Amino acid sequence: MTQPLLRTPLYDLHIKLGARMVPFAGYDMPVQYPAGVMAEHLHTRGKAGLFDVSHMGQVRIRPRSGNLVDAAHALEALVPADIVALRPGRQRYAVFTTADGGISDDLMVTNMSDWLLLVVNAACKEADFAHVHKALNETCTVERLDGRALIALQGPAAEAALAALNPAAAAMRFMDVAEMDLAGVPCIVSRSGYTGEDGYEIGMANEGAETVARALLAQPDVAPAGLGARDSLRLEAGLCLYGADIDLTTTPVEGALEWSIQKSRRPGGARAGGYPGAQVVADQLADGTTRRRVGLRAEGRAPVRGGAELFADEAGQVPAGHVTSGAFGPSVGGPVAMGYVAADHAAVGTRLFASVRGRLLPVAVVGLPFVAATFRR
Amino acid sequence: MTVYYTKEHEWLRVEGNVAVVGITAHAANELGEIVFSEARDPGTTVEQGDSVAVVESVKAASDIYAPVTGDVLAFNDALTDDAALINRDPEGEGWIVRMTIADASQLEGLMDHATYTALVG
Repeated sequence: MTQPLLRTPLYDLHIKLGARMVPFAGYDMPVQYPAGVMAEHLHTRGKAGLFDVSHMGQVRIRPRSGNLVDAAHALEALVPADIVALRPGRQRYAVFTTADGGISDDLMVTNMSDWLLLVVNAACKEADFAHVHKALNETCTVERLDGRALIALQGPAAEAALAALNPAAAAMRFMDVAEMDLAGVPCIVSRSGYTGEDGYEIGMANEGAETVARALLAQPDVAPAGLGARDSLRLEAGLCLYGADIDLTTTPVEGALEWSIQKSRRPGGARAGGYPGAQVVADQLADGTTRRRVGLRAEGRAPVRGGAELFADEAGQVPAGHVTSGAFGPSVGGPVAMGYVAADHAAVGTRLFASVRGRLLPVAVVGLPFVAATFRR
Repeated sequence: MTVYYTKEHEWLRVEGNVAVVGITAHAANELGEIVFSEARDPGTTVEQGDSVAVVESVKAASDIYAPVTGDVLAFNDALTDDAALINRDPEGEGWIVRMTIADASQLEGLMDHATYTALVG
C-alpha cells in the first residue's frame, strides 16, 4: 500500500505559484513552476532561485556532557570528515560510510556552538536517524527536527535579497552559519547550497517558512525554482546526487570525494580512521581505485542519461563504465553527465562511447565542475 | 487536410499516403523546453505504437510513438539545431517525422480534433 504523500509547510505556496507537483522521497514536491526548468535554471545562475528543500532531514545532536567536542568525537565514528576541528558557526560536507567503505548518505554538518546540526537527504532520513541514534545515544541526545523547514536561496542576487531582510547576511562567507531573524522569524542561515552558486540555506520552524519564503520572493530578482532546476544545477556544478552518483556500492575515493576527508582523518593524521570502512578508504587513498567518478561531455546534442553504458571503443566491445547522472545543461548549452569509468579510461580527455537508444555516441572525459562555482570564500 | 490525434498526444497529418507526425501543443507544453529530438533512420519500418522518435527536455527523454504502421521517410532537419521549434510551433513547423501509411484503416482508430480537445480539457 502506498503511503499518502507528505507535504512541506510551503505546499500551499507552491500551489498558489502554479507549481507542477511530483512525488519525491515520499513528499509532494514542486518539480517546476510555470517558467519551466530551463528558465528557472538560468534565472538561478543569472539572478536568484528560491528552492523548497524542507523534505530534507534535520537532526540535532547534543553532547550529554555539555562539551561539544564529545559530540564531535562521537560523530567522527560515523563519518570520515574532521568534525572536531569544525569551528562554531561553520558547516562542512560529510558522508556516512559503511563497513566496506560504501556511502549510506551524504550530509552537511554544522557546529551550532553547543550542538551539532545535521542535514541529510530526504530519502535516507529515517535510516540516518536510526544510524546516528544507535551510535551516539550513549554520549549524546539525538533529536529529529521534524518541525523545521529549509529553503535555499541560490544565485548571484542571493546576497542582496537576503541582506535586504537582514544586513548580517552579507558579511557571511562560504560555509558560515549564523542565527538571525528574517521577516520576524528566527532562522538558522548558512552560506551554502547545492547549485554551485553563491547563496544561502535558511532553516526555520515550519510555522515561519511561508513568511520567510514570501519575503524573499518579494525581493527583486528572486523567483521560485523547482527540483528539476535543482537537479540540472547540481549536475553542472559536478555535485553528487545520493542514490545516483554515490551509494552503498561506491566509496568516497571512487566517488572523487577525497576532499571531504580532511588530513586529520587520513593515515598519519591526528585522528586517522575510526569510521566504518576506514581501512578500505585508507588503502584506496594510497593505491587508487579501479574506477573513478568523472565528468562526461557528449560531442553531439543528444543528452546521455543515467544508466547509459560506456565503452572504450566505437564498436562497443570494451566496457568502460556507466553514466550515473545526465541531462541537458542549460548554462553549458549542451549535454552534461557524470559516471563511473575504469581507472585506465578516466584521464581527462579520454574519448569514450555511450550507448544511447542502441547507438554509440562519442563522449569525452572532462574535469568537474562543468560550470565554475561562484562561492563567496 | 485531415489531422488525427492519439491518446499519447501525437498528431498525424495525412498528405496523400504520407503521414506527417508531431506532438500536440498540450504535450509540448507539458514537456517544457525541448532541447533535442531525433527519429529512427529513414527506411526503418515501425509498427503502430512503436517508438518512432524521441524528444528530450532538460530533465527527461520521451518517446514519440508511431500513430500508424509505416516506413520512416524523413526527420525534420530543422530540429537538429533548434529542437525548441517543437515548443514554438508544435503542430506546424515543429513536425518531427514523415512516414508512409501502410494501412489507412488504422487512421479510423485515431481521434479527431474535437475528441482530442475534449480529452486534454
